[in-house]
Amino acid sequence: MSAAVPATGMFDCRNAYVETLEALAGEDSRIVAVVNDSIGSSKLGKFHERFPERLINVGIAEQNMVGVGAGLANGGKVPFVSGAACFLTGRALEQIKADCAYSNANVKLCGISSGVAYGELGATHHSIEDLAWLRAMKGLTIIVPSDPWETAEAIRWAAAHQGPVFIRISRMPVPALPRPADARFEIGKAELLRDGGDVAVVTCGTLVHHALAAADILAAEGIEARVLNMATIAPFDVEAVVAAAGTGGIVTAEEHVVRGGLGGAVAECVVAERPVPVRILGFPGFLPTGSAEWLMEQHGLSAAGIAQAARDLVARRG
Amino acid sequence: MVSRETDTFLSAEQAAHVKERANWIRRQALLMAHRAGQGHPGGDMSAADILATLYFGVMRIDPAVPDAPGRDRFVMSKGHCTGALYSALARAGFFPVEELKTYLQPGSRLNGHPNRTYLPGVETNTGPLGHGLPVAVGIAVAGQIDAADYHVFALTGDGELQEGSMWEAAMFAGHRRLGNLTAIVDRNGLQQGATTEDTNALEPLADKWRAFGWEVAEVDGHDVAALLSVLAIPAVRRARPLCVIARTTKGRGVSFMENQAGWHHGTPSDAQLAQALAELDAELQA
Repeated sequence: MSAAVPATGMFDCRNAYVETLEALAGEDSRIVAVVNDSIGSSKLGKFHERFPERLINVGIAEQNMVGVGAGLANGGKVPFVSGAACFLTGRALEQIKADCAYSNANVKLCGISSGVAYGELGATHHSIEDLAWLRAMKGLTIIVPSDPWETAEAIRWAAAHQGPVFIRISRMPVPALPRPADARFEIGKAELLRDGGDVAVVTCGTLVHHALAAADILAAEGIEARVLNMATIAPFDVEAVVAAAGTGGIVTAEEHVVRGGLGGAVAECVVAERPVPVRILGFPGFLPTGSAEWLMEQHGLSAAGIAQAARDLVARRG
Repeated sequence: MVSRETDTFLSAEQAAHVKERANWIRRQALLMAHRAGQGHPGGDMSAADILATLYFGVMRIDPAVPDAPGRDRFVMSKGHCTGALYSALARAGFFPVEELKTYLQPGSRLNGHPNRTYLPGVETNTGPLGHGLPVAVGIAVAGQIDAADYHVFALTGDGELQEGSMWEAAMFAGHRRLGNLTAIVDRNGLQQGATTEDTNALEPLADKWRAFGWEVAEVDGHDVAALLSVLAIPAVRRARPLCVIARTTKGRGVSFMENQAGWHHGTPSDAQLAQALAELDAELQA
């Protein structure tokens, strides 16, 4: 498989989200959007124009937004509840738990501008604890798409799936990832983007293209890195991670704190099934102000940072 | 299945029918708390007449098809009062009455708070306060979009109205003019530890709902005829959501529980159970 990240230009995955949602809504009248005064930030302006009756704006009230979403599902709708990920998950966490996950309600929660996309706005607006909070809830499918194609596939899958889903939708520019023409989105399955036997990089979302670039750097040094795109955080592909542990070491990279996210999931799995060293790249905690790119670079969430962590793991093994 | 058309022709017979079931709900809830060694009997007694009115006098439901798209919905926002809720659901035919004996037993479907994935007739999982009304609003919005003719009822505690999410939901329901939504406040004046007014005052409560765009009706929440007349839905839809402030007595029907905050949680002893059942028998004879 090709390791190179092609020069495809950079994309804001919110566009793939809303274009897919509009197309689906055109085919299925059950689909509605629920927002917290977030039509603009969710890029749902065109959806609103096309389907004015099917965009429900509850105003700035996240708890009610998620509860209303659960009620709409009860009334036979397929609600896509869209709001800034930091407020959707933080403010309405108990609604996500009780009304959606525990109730097994058919609600699609779309956390927009997740991670550190709102870098300069500070820690209140960063959504870097959400995976830890949500991953603890049994029954909630969690998807972190890596590019426009995967975002569109995730939205289509969620619309067809009966049950609660959380999708993390970034606004950080990402390239379209290199994939074979017959690539398929499979929920609960890691996507092997590059094979390699010296070390494995397990990643998701905005970090996947950095991981592929890191694999290129490593290959030039004679280190073959396997790259797994873990778009589904729950249910988790234990088998792929156990197989990745067979390389002797795993680096995880995510736009999340280092506790309880993808790295946590990998560590839980590896420690139980096939213990190997795991290096978890992510954020230590509340972050200072700065651009998203700067914040990520500062914490090794870059091609160079991932390559360095992988190099360290391989060197440590001797 | 209750036909809505008949609801406008209230009769003494219908009220008697509902009263008998309210009495039965109270008896069952007490037996369940006694057997389980825990429960929320004060709130169960407070809500019994409201639940009986809805399930046996107002709602169009068919326990044989619990998820029928056109069913009326009942959302138990005060999710802790499962003694009364499960009794009403069992009597309505959603599951066997015999199963009430499993209340709170290991692995029972009759959890301390209702779970829709276990039990038919439960619309959404509640327990933490402040959740039911937003969900009821969402159901009503779906009905509004579809111009469906089902009606959504939510029963809230009064203490529960201290949760901010209830007012987020109330504001939005008023904004959307959800005429297909009725919230019933079980206004017994007591929360877990003290009166609502001593804790974080709700009054003037009717004014608050009106200010949020709701119609308000205040009734005696133990007067079944009054409840029937206010909850039976007129043929023409309301232009606004309706809040029924049902003035109730926590522990109603059991002399030693009435107006006692201590009976929010609690288990009647053998002697207390016998006395309570005797009082309920006497009420039925009266």
